Amino acid sequence: MLRTFRIGGIHPPENKLSAGKKIVRLAVPKQVIIPLSQHIGAPAQAIVKKGDMVKTGTLIAKPGGFVSANIHSSVSGKINKIDSAIDASGYKRTAIFIDVDGDEWEDAIDRSDNLIKDCKLSGKEIIDKIAAAGIVGLGGATFPTQIKLTPPPGNKAEILIINAVECEPYLTSDHILMMEKGEEVLIGVTLLMKAIDVKRAVIGIENNKPDAIKHLTNLASAYPGIEIMPLKVQYPQGGEKQLIDAVIRKQVKSGALPISAGAVVQNVGTSFAVYEAVQKNKPLIERVVTVTGKKLTNPTNLLTRIGTPINALIEEAGGVPENTGKIIGGGPMMGKALVSPDVPVTKGSSGILLLTKEESVRKPMQNCIRCAKCVNVCPMGLNPTLLMNATEFTNWDMAEANYIVDCIECGSCSYTCPANRPLLDYIRLGKGKVMGIIRARKA
Amino acid sequence: MENKIIISPSPHIHSGDSVSKNMYGVLIALMPALLVSLYYFGLGSLIVTLVSVAACVLFEYLIQKFFFKQPATITDGSAILTGLLLAFNLPSNLPVWIILIGALAAIGIGKMSFGGLGNNIFNPALVGRVFLLISFPAQMTTWPVPGTFPMSYMDGQTGATVLSLMNEGVTQLPTYTDMLLGNMGGSLGEVSAIALVLGLIFLLVRKIITWHIPISIILTSFIFTGIMHLVNPAEYAHPIIHILSGGLLLGAIFMATDYVTSPMSKSGMLVFGIGIGLLTSLIRLFGAYPEGMSFAILIMNALTPLINLYFKPKHFGGK
Repeated sequence: MLRTFRIGGIHPPENKLSAGKKIVRLAVPKQVIIPLSQHIGAPAQAIVKKGDMVKTGTLIAKPGGFVSANIHSSVSGKINKIDSAIDASGYKRTAIFIDVDGDEWEDAIDRSDNLIKDCKLSGKEIIDKIAAAGIVGLGGATFPTQIKLTPPPGNKAEILIINAVECEPYLTSDHILMMEKGEEVLIGVTLLMKAIDVKRAVIGIENNKPDAIKHLTNLASAYPGIEIMPLKVQYPQGGEKQLIDAVIRKQVKSGALPISAGAVVQNVGTSFAVYEAVQKNKPLIERVVTVTGKKLTNPTNLLTRIGTPINALIEEAGGVPENTGKIIGGGPMMGKALVSPDVPVTKGSSGILLLTKEESVRKPMQNCIRCAKCVNVCPMGLNPTLLMNATEFTNWDMAEANYIVDCIECGSCSYTCPANRPLLDYIRLGKGKVMGIIRARKA
Repeated sequence: MENKIIISPSPHIHSGDSVSKNMYGVLIALMPALLVSLYYFGLGSLIVTLVSVAACVLFEYLIQKFFFKQPATITDGSAILTGLLLAFNLPSNLPVWIILIGALAAIGIGKMSFGGLGNNIFNPALVGRVFLLISFPAQMTTWPVPGTFPMSYMDGQTGATVLSLMNEGVTQLPTYTDMLLGNMGGSLGEVSAIALVLGLIFLLVRKIITWHIPISIILTSFIFTGIMHLVNPAEYAHPIIHILSGGLLLGAIFMATDYVTSPMSKSGMLVFGIGIGLLTSLIRLFGAYPEGMSFAILIMNALTPLINLYFKPKHFGGK
């Protein structure tokens, strides 16, 4: 019996159209737009100005707070302007526009394909390099990695869990990365183990990727302490708390951090970025992005410079098909509908999904029939229809008492609801409201 | 890209499940029992079923159109389901005018007076049945004797149900085989245990319901009547007879599992099922009525909001 998390979950059609498609390096665009908010936390502060010349890999923005991250130029050229631009969130936020001129890299970066296994650095030095490289969680949550690797005082990590489940339908970027860069990923995992001083790491991979499981299992024999664990396919297994439950059978308490269960979770893409940062001095300036959709002529996995307009990615995959109704940044369950195809790829862009008009339209809502299917699928053990009602009637006490803040916004409830009720829309609203009330109470 | 793109929050895909799919799923699960009843009760069963279903759909349509002034939602299948379940709870020789009153009570009082689908507290079909049972006790407890596609409706031979026989102290009961097949007196949909269990299997496989409610009702009734049987076999019937007779299986599989009127959490469902099992057994063994399933379900329907309050889903990482 394969393991999975123990409460709720769904299994939507996988639709991994781009599975097995080799990583293609996308051409550098004429201009990149690099937003200063590509991570959770405070926006970074620009340290360049209009007219400055930068190389590929030059630091262009520094952390704007404790929870924040460095940002580097992904191209070489001239700063055109620092101005607001619509990003994947749909809001206008500050970004650095760079006109591309050639592709000249910073000298310190090792661009060769040589595999470097040995690392003489201490854990602290590894974390410092990760912070310097501007690495954030690449699964989509974009939490600055150095903070997750530095547990609050009094906590000690016992296990590193690598999230390679890629439970979102359609997305394949992590899958192909494991197939093509397996060795690098494992070295990255070893570095992360050293950084948090643990002897054991488990890479959780869902069983719909048997080739990746086999490939990494073969390679892992040369890396002591790393175990590959196949997991039963179940959404949202990539949720941090769900993955911990699946792998080590511990449920992180409401409001607590994963470290309370002795676990640190990192995405498999992040561990590849860590390898490049620590062993190759390469900051986070490019990533693999899945471009997919049932009507696309060529669903693919593209190695893309940060800041490239997603238009360029869609063109590479065959162009925007007729009858496109929605462009999503990320997967269909938790991704964001983009307002235009001009928004840039950021550190958190795992995929671009194009849905047809028919797939994009929601069906009319009906009365709740209290079938409890939303309750059965909720991976946090909540009662979504109760929380929706509490929000609708602004009963914040009831919402809080029923753990609305524990919602991970996975969307399993709305996906399942036979009456097409927009459960998550309401819960998201109520969650924000209740979190505000809790903050005000503490202040 | 001159045409507009849609912006909406996640999730961007849907399972394709719908209210009507669930309702029609339950209707399919009821088909074996319907076929058995057509076999044993013939024309009467056909007339009662058709009248009940048509009346329920019609009443729902009229109330939505003229009282609520909203678009009719009769195509969702819920009114058809109420009609069929009401018919299953009636004797197959019931006059049409009584069925119409039952359908009006079921849809009008049981469902629409609360605001329609999803808002009712009590199972509408059971509201209809109990309304008729109290109003027309004689007609509601006169049962046709089963035959082979009998062409009689209100003029056939009548007999008693297993439970009323036991209530009167009669010891000559139908065989287990007859009870499994449905060859005994009773409401038209409740007689065949095999057909009802086939329906249960279908509902479970299609994930329309979970096992918690039906199994907890059946087990509780079995254990409770079993203990009483062990204490005094002469007075109290064997638990298997209790499970196979009356509306226990019909109620446990199709009436108590009504989404709207049953609890939402697994633990709540178990409490609900155990409550129904206990109440049914108590009414059957010690009450004035030979049958207790309808009352037991309605009582637990009334307690469902309270159960929902105290028996919440198992919270991730909770105590």
